[in-house]
Order: sequence, then C-alpha cells, then structure tokens
Amino acid sequence: MRAFAQLLDRLAFTPSRNGKLRLMEIYFRAEPDPQRGWALAILTGGLDLKLQVRKAISELMASRVDAELFRLSREYVGDTAETVALLWPAPAESAEPPSLAQVVAELDGADAAALAVLLERWLNRLDATGRWALLKLVTGGLRVGVSSRLAKTAAANMGGIDVAEVEELWHGLAPPYRDLFAWLEGREAKPDISDRLVFRPLMLAHPLEDGALDNLDPGEFAAEWKWDGIRVQVASKSGETRLFSRAGDDITSAFPDVADGNWGDVVLDGELLVLREGVLAPFNDLQQRLNRKSVSKKMLKDYPAHIRLYDILFAQGDDLRAHSFTKRRDRLEHWFACHGPERADLSELVSFGSFETLAEMWAQTRGKSIEGLMIKRKASTYLAGRPKGHWFKWKRAPLSLDTVLMYAQRGSGKRSSFYSDYTFGAWRENEEGGLELVPVGKAYFGFTDEELVQLDRWVRNNTVDRFGPVRVVKPGLVFEVAFDSVHRSRRHKSGVAMRFPRIHRIRWDKSAEEADRLDGLVSLIET
Amino acid sequence: MSPQPHPETWISPDTCGLYCAPGGFYIDPHRAVDSAIVTHGHGDHARPGHGAVLATSQTIDIMKVRYGGDAGARLQSLALGEALRINDVTVRLAPAGHILGSAQVVIEYHGQTVVVSGDYKRRADPTCAQFEPVPCDIFVTEATFGLPVFRHEPDDTEISRLLASVAAFPDRAHLIGVYGLGKCQRLIALLRAAGYDAPIWLHGALVTLCELYEQLGVVLGPLKPFADVDRKDLAGQIVMAPPGALRDRWSRRLPDPVTVFASGWMRVRQRARQRGVELPLVLSDHADWDELIQTIDDVKAPEIWVTHGREDALVHYIGSTGRIGRALALVGREDEDE
Repeated sequence: MRAFAQLLDRLAFTPSRNGKLRLMEIYFRAEPDPQRGWALAILTGGLDLKLQVRKAISELMASRVDAELFRLSREYVGDTAETVALLWPAPAESAEPPSLAQVVAELDGADAAALAVLLERWLNRLDATGRWALLKLVTGGLRVGVSSRLAKTAAANMGGIDVAEVEELWHGLAPPYRDLFAWLEGREAKPDISDRLVFRPLMLAHPLEDGALDNLDPGEFAAEWKWDGIRVQVASKSGETRLFSRAGDDITSAFPDVADGNWGDVVLDGELLVLREGVLAPFNDLQQRLNRKSVSKKMLKDYPAHIRLYDILFAQGDDLRAHSFTKRRDRLEHWFACHGPERADLSELVSFGSFETLAEMWAQTRGKSIEGLMIKRKASTYLAGRPKGHWFKWKRAPLSLDTVLMYAQRGSGKRSSFYSDYTFGAWRENEEGGLELVPVGKAYFGFTDEELVQLDRWVRNNTVDRFGPVRVVKPGLVFEVAFDSVHRSRRHKSGVAMRFPRIHRIRWDKSAEEADRLDGLVSLIET
Repeated sequence: MSPQPHPETWISPDTCGLYCAPGGFYIDPHRAVDSAIVTHGHGDHARPGHGAVLATSQTIDIMKVRYGGDAGARLQSLALGEALRINDVTVRLAPAGHILGSAQVVIEYHGQTVVVSGDYKRRADPTCAQFEPVPCDIFVTEATFGLPVFRHEPDDTEISRLLASVAAFPDRAHLIGVYGLGKCQRLIALLRAAGYDAPIWLHGALVTLCELYEQLGVVLGPLKPFADVDRKDLAGQIVMAPPGALRDRWSRRLPDPVTVFASGWMRVRQRARQRGVELPLVLSDHADWDELIQTIDDVKAPEIWVTHGREDALVHYIGSTGRIGRALALVGREDEDE
C-alpha cells in the first residue's frame, strides 16, 4: 500500500501527461504482482468502492482527537478524509503496513462492523500518505487526474506495445492482471481471449468544428442520424448474449428483453432506446431503465428497450473491423436480413447530395429523439478510440434560456471558499397574478476562474438569507443557461428538469426582469 | 517577604513588540528600538536600525550580511549559556534549534523565569545547535504549526522522496523553493548527508548566506551560482531558489522543471496545490504539533503564552492540560516558510 499511496500522491500533484505516464510506468516496473495489478484496476476505475464509512470514521476519530481540535483542523484543511489522515496518530515503528492486495481482498464482502475494524487496523499501520490514499480509496473519492486509458498506456509502455492492443484485450482480462503483466514483460505469450464474449473498444467520433465540412468531399461520406439513447455493443455467441455500455460495463441483466433475442454469432454496435409501438420515447424514458441491476415486469412493459444498429464488428467469428464502413454496412444489412431479432432495427443511412442539403435536414431534426447527425468516412475501418478524420458528430445546437440566480452554495476542494454551485430560476405567474421565480435547474460549471471570483463576490454582496450552507440572493443576476433537452419532472417544483445544464454566459448586462418565463421552458419539452 | 510580582507586570507586548520593563529591552521588536534582544536572523525577528542589539554571534553575523551598516548601532554578542546582568534582570540565551545562531531568551527577575522561545524545532539539524528545554514559570512559544494536522515527516523520508524523483526524471531539473536563510542550507546539508554529492545550483539571492554558513563552519559541498549556464546542463540537476522565483520568468531558463517546495505547509494538500507545486516536501524549521506539546510538557511552565500562528488550537490544548494558555497578540509577525 505504501508504494501505491506514494504513486497516487505524486500523480495528484503532477500536471503533465508525460510525467504521469513516467510515474506509473516506474511503479508498474518496480512493484510485484499482484500489487501492481490491483493498482492498475484502481487507476482504470475498475474498483469503484464508494463504501459508507463516514460514521465509522467519525467514531474512530472521536476516541482519538478532541472534538474542538478536530473542528479547527477540518476547517483549515477543507477535506474530511484528509483531515482524518493527518490527525491519526503515527504508526508504531514496528507496524507492518497492509499490502494493496490485502486491502482489496479483505474489503470484499466486509459488512459495516467488519469494515470499521479493518479501517482502524489499517489506519494504525499506515503513514499519513497511506492513510489518505486508503480513505480516498474506500470512499471512492480518489481523484488523481488519470484516465483509464492513460493508466493502460503506462502499462503498454512497459512492454513497448501500442495501447490499442491492451484496450482490445482489456475486457477479456481481470484484476490483478498477472497474464497481462507477464506478456508486457515478455515472459509469456499474449493472453488469448478469442473464446470469451468480451467488449471490444468502440470507435468514437469527433465533434464537427465550424467550417470543417468545407474541406470534405460529400461523396466520400455517409450520414446517419445520431439517436438520443445510449451507445451499446451487443456480443453474442453460442446462444449467449451480452450487452455492454460504451465504457465496457456489462449491462445485460438490466435489459433481458433485448438480450433474449436470437442474435446468432455476432458483435454489433448500436444505440439503446425505448421504443413503444414503433415510436421512439424521449431519453427520460430510457433513463428509467438505466443503472439497475435487475428490472421488473412492469418496467419491461412500460419502457420496452430496443436497439438501433449502426455497425457490425464480428460475424461468424470473422473480424470485420479492418473492412471499410461501406463493406461493413453491407454485412450488417445482410446479417439483419438473415437474423433480424425482434428488438432491433437498422439505423437508416441518410442520403444527401451536398452538405448544404444535409445541413437543412440537420436543422429540422429537433423533436425526433435525434441528437444530431453522424458523418462517417465510407472508407474508414473500425478503429478503437477516437481516431481523427473518420467519424464526425454533428450535434444539434443546444437549447438555451435566460434564468435568474436564486441560491448559491459553496463548492468543495479547490472551490471550498467559493460560492460555485448555482440554482437558477425562471419567472411564472403566481396566484395573485404577480411574477415569482421558480427554480428550474442547478449548474456548477461553464464559467472561468476569473468569473468565479466575480460571481463569488456578487453572491456575498447580494445575500438576503441563509439556510445552512445555502445563500439566498436577491434576484438580480441573469445566467444564460445552455442545456440539451428538457423533460417533465415531479421532483422539481417547476415540474420540469433540464438535461445537462451549464452556464453558457453570465449576462451582467441584463436585469432579472428580462429573464425568461417558465412557459418558454415548458414549450421546449419534446413529446 | 513580599509576594513575587506576576511576570505580566514586567514583561508584556506593546506597539513595538514584547517589552521587558526592568531590563529596558525588547525581544524581537518589529520596529527600530533603543535596545533589542534578537532571537535569530529571520527578517520578521531581526529588524534593522536598533540602537543596541544583543544576540548570538552567528545572528549578529547574519544581521551584518543582511543589513550592512544598518544592522544596529551597538552589536553585542552573548554566547549560549552565558549569563548577563541587565539592571535587575538576568538574561541568558539557550539554543532554539531553528536556524544557525537561533536562541531562546531566558529572563530571570525576582525569582521568576520567563523563556521566550523565538522560533524553534526539536529535531536534530546539521546546521545548528539542538533545542534545549529550559524549565520556567512562563514559556512564550511560537505556534506556526499550532494545529494537530501538522506533523512533519522524518527528514530522511522527505529527502529520499526528492532523490527518487530526481532519479525518475533524468531529463528535468528539480527546482526547489526554499527560504534563503536556514531552510536552504539545511536542505543542502541533508542532501549531502544522504550521499548526494553533485553540485547544487543556487539562485543569486541564496549565494551570500550560503557563503556565510560555510565561513561559520557549516560544510555545504559543491555549490554553483546559477548564471550563464546552458539549459541542457541542468537536466537531472537540483536548483534552489527563493519561493518567489518558482513561478517567475526566471524559472523558464530551466528544462521542464519539477517544482519542489520544502515547507511545513506542504503537509496540507490544498496549500501545495495553491502554489502549483509538483513535489511538496514536508520539511520545516518550526516545531510541529507534537513538538509543541512535547515542549510545553518539558519546560514545566504552569503558564504558556502563545505568539504568532494558529493560537486557538494550542491555547485550547493547553487549557485541557490544566495549564493557563494565553494568546499573545504580537504585531508584525508573518507566516514564515511562505
């Protein structure tokens, strides 16, 4: 655990990508199995613990440190886990710190009481950095600025191997990745995953920049709608079918209605949607089915899932990814004609003569469960990751609304002294016929650091009331808020909720009275 | 026999600093006065322009280097442990372990002993004499790191982290921000003790005091002034500079430097992040929380006065031990190490 804690500590303070790669590579080279394998699992987000330990920790702390000293310390440090890590008494010289593998193994299946005992034992044996890493690890708050791909790249660098090869294998492997490291160190052959039903990395698109189309030849491209669901991969073989999210998570158990179909021997790329009697439902309906381990009969009936297919990666054991988009499309259509499971259809190609006609179609796409258009180079092979120049996503313009700042709350970490979380509202008519503000959403990004300083000052100077950590401000500051869509919500007082709201512009120039009305937002709801 | 006057009747802070009336002198006054006892050479303790200055010979040497002719009209050195009678007051200096020449001031009057610690630390430091606890009636302590979250790591842990980083990034220079008096020389001495014998490059502002330390017998090994050096030659090297130069244009002359900052504040992640430090080293010349409470115990004083720092927590702690703790508001002190 000590070496891993040191690594996390350095990573957290190292800004450059190359610096991070170097630190991870040195670590992977120096640490033995299985420690480095668990480290790789953690760095790639494969060990998301999020254990409820707050109560256990505060009880352990209370018996060690005076409450007032804890309060003063917490106030100064700004982070509870770090405060506990720093305050905890130093370990005895003889104390042997637990290994990372030991921590992972013993956490597995521990109940609340066992967890408290384990934490106490480990905290007694670790130094301050180790304690910090442990607490961040168990609470799921480990943020060291390393993406899954970067961690895999560091491992690949060990063996002088392209990270794409590691990505390709990745979902056929499991922590602590002994076989992967053995291969990277040249001690064993490349792990063989051909017999396993695994996720293959998806090919992703780049957003279409303004003017980018001017340099492209329309004849070299195909277009298709970008449906407003979630991207999925279907892998099926010998009567077994798996459904993977775009990150490679297995979501089969939540979608038995799709997985039960007759798919044959194939790997497909498509969009998961809710389709009711041939009509696509809004994204909000799909949301009801996501993030569940199992699904009720009523759910299956009310929100029937469906897959709209974009691409084919494997058929009858043939790897088709090295073929062109056009050729794969032929295979996809052929496959669909032969198998065509009930809960699937093909995403139609959009024919167009010029990008101008396409632009016109694009402008009219709002309100059809369509997020935008995909433009794909006909000659493109299926490449993992986000290769440049092959696929482009042309998203429709975001919606926007002028809203009024109502409440502000302080952020955490770097923003712990700033009021950086904002709740904003729109006007509506109240019972007496006057206008009142009603909250329509919350956002905490979309502004620069300098703007944050100004916003913080504005909040402090215009506070009219406080409720705990929340400041109520007088209506006076207008935010132009951008969002992707809006839908009905019973949880919100306004009856509507925005999807992905962010602050697009701070309208210092506008008065609160000029902000939009709730009616305007309601009219944007897609049905 | 009349009862002994409580020391607060004869030693207390005024607008210039802590004043001992029967002795007619201040201790570390923050502005020029007629008569001052100076605990050590840092700028917020040793001010220029006093009439008479009493301090250790090293502190006087440091003041001369820093202030030249303005170091004070009459400079008198007092050896550690030697007693000096000033009016009815007896004054002694005891080692404080903070930097070269640093001393606590031990003041006896009417059978009462007051010890003014100045700044201090308890752990061994190759560049200065180690702190000596002096039993007293009132102990005036610093509290720079007066919160229990501040516990400095062992020096060798931090030095080996630095050396591991130098080895991990052979193409980059390690640029270390250090306070020019004390921290700089101590860090160099610790690196030498750990076997690092390559030349260490110094920002111009650090050269003079390093020379003075060497003259006073502290061996620092090969040092090179940072001037007209080829960028390439600095790859894999250690460069030291005052903290202010870390993010200055000056640092652009270094090859992709790893910025390092050696300070007790680096224990708290947010402080390191605010400075944009890539390798924070917890290395301080001030007592950490454990050393503060150890010292309060060692000096056996029933009453403790707490000066600059985070007094709240320490005063609260002192109260919980059954002693009297009092925050002593002294003007003109700054967060050192900053």
